[in-house]
Amino acid sequence: MKFNFLKRRRANRSVGGDVCNIILLAFFGAFMALPMVFAIGNAFKPLDEFFIFPPRFFVINPTLDNFTDLFILMAQSWVPFSRYIFNTVFITSIGTAGHVIIASMAAFVLEKHNFPGRNVLFSIVILALMFSAAVTAIPNFLTMSALGWIDTHLALIIPAFAAPIGLFLMKQFMVTIPDSLLESARIDGASEIKIFWVIAMPTVKPGWLTLIIFSFQGLWGATGGTFIFSEELKTLPFALSQILAGGIARAGVGAAVMLIMMIVPITMFIATQSNIIQTMSTSGIKE
Amino acid sequence: MAVVVDYLKPRAITNTVLRRGEYLWSEIRKNKVSYLFLAPYFLIFFTFTVIPVVMSLGLSFTSFNILEAPRWVGWQNYIRLLLADDIFLRAVQNTFLFAAITGPIGYFMALLFAWFINELPPKIRAVMVLIFYAPSISGNVFMIWTVLFSGDAHGYINSVLVRLGIITEPILWLQDPAYMLSVIMIVVLWMSLGTGFLAFVAGLQSIDKTLYEAGLVDGVKNRWQELWFITLPSMKPMLMFGAVMAITASFAVSDVTIALAGMPSTDYAAHTVVNHLIDFGSIRFEMGYASAIATLLFLAMIGANKLVQNLLRKVGR
Repeated sequence: MKFNFLKRRRANRSVGGDVCNIILLAFFGAFMALPMVFAIGNAFKPLDEFFIFPPRFFVINPTLDNFTDLFILMAQSWVPFSRYIFNTVFITSIGTAGHVIIASMAAFVLEKHNFPGRNVLFSIVILALMFSAAVTAIPNFLTMSALGWIDTHLALIIPAFAAPIGLFLMKQFMVTIPDSLLESARIDGASEIKIFWVIAMPTVKPGWLTLIIFSFQGLWGATGGTFIFSEELKTLPFALSQILAGGIARAGVGAAVMLIMMIVPITMFIATQSNIIQTMSTSGIKE
Repeated sequence: MAVVVDYLKPRAITNTVLRRGEYLWSEIRKNKVSYLFLAPYFLIFFTFTVIPVVMSLGLSFTSFNILEAPRWVGWQNYIRLLLADDIFLRAVQNTFLFAAITGPIGYFMALLFAWFINELPPKIRAVMVLIFYAPSISGNVFMIWTVLFSGDAHGYINSVLVRLGIITEPILWLQDPAYMLSVIMIVVLWMSLGTGFLAFVAGLQSIDKTLYEAGLVDGVKNRWQELWFITLPSMKPMLMFGAVMAITASFAVSDVTIALAGMPSTDYAAHTVVNHLIDFGSIRFEMGYASAIATLLFLAMIGANKLVQNLLRKVGR
């Protein structure tokens, strides 16, 4: 039953081609998944298994010790650990929501309105993608301190709203919206904000679902190193990196941390990705 | 709407009655709504991206150690970079090699795998996208490779090769200049199904399905013709996006080289331009010099982007 789709042929698809495709994907898929499987296995290894010779890829005696150790370390933390979790969840959710909406609004008019300066603005965004962030860090710090945003979550959230990648991605998706669709809504007297929200955004759903993944991932991993100094404002990745600073004795805890940091983005990813594939396989965009 | 109004307005009147500045102002007022939509994004974007970039461009002509005020030195940083800094030239060589190999291969891998996965039934598709995207999902999963490629007999790859009798003593994968660059390239390629790949997956989902039926009538014979004549032209915006992402990623390789080969790597064999930039910017605090490096890298990326955009125009012809 599993290979049902091999019999139900689509146009222009040969059986041989489909079989090759599956073999190729299985082979490379295994290569891609290997380190991930290794990371998951590590989280359940007892400490001595990290250092046995010859090294073993899979875990022999799986244990939850790494996780219990981690929770003990968390309980000893000076600020309640839930505070770090709240900070990261807060920064990630506000930052992602704001970025998707603000970048989509700008992308919508850059693609669908005709006004002086639109090409220049878009070119600047593309150019900005190519400049190394390492040298802009200091000017950025100066701006932040002039605004009084140092040691507040604003320093992480507000710049994330206007990341160049969001505008670029959304603009590329807005190209696919038929102009006739927008024009007919204008004739019906819909306001621009309504056209944007009710017509444009649902049409480019795969676009902003993808953008949510990018933005979420970036903010979820943000340590806030240079901007945040108060312990109670620090983020989860920062707190976890502190635990890992314990060195080689924390190898097991480190593996557990890696797994926990991975689970949330992966869950998020599965939710949005299956949504992209489900909605679009039934309805595609039509003129 | 704007277009219609513009059309009705007699050219002669706009040129004589309104001077240029006033004409522009009237254009802006007419497109008030457009600018309101843009305002939140571009206000933040200019404050936190454009201004710092412009400041860095300016700093590249100065000597600036962060503590004292910048001092104007003209082209001196650039002259020193191009004529006196052997390590920089080494880094440029490595970076171009990286970009030339991992850029195009990574881009085509992302495109092909997105397309291959798109051929699968929807339920399996989501799982496969996850597996292929997994290396990019968590910031530092690539650290696993340091264990796999570890230079002693405890390293997994050495251990397997020794047991199979292919090598007799462990290879210093990450310390020997002969292997370093290739190992890092493998890891970079492994991570290359990232931003571009997901954009391609989403782009493939938004293609109008009726185009394929029309193509069938027009005599498209197999899946490759379908790809070239229908699929790729319909997702051109995504191809552009993926290309820019591939360029920025492949020219900016640095995290992976530092994590795997260290900073600095043996003989600077895996030193990249961004490594060099971090060396001067965050370790030696020569911000003027670091800004000059960033500016040169910026120009190289703009050049690569121009080249790639020209190539992409040929798609579907």
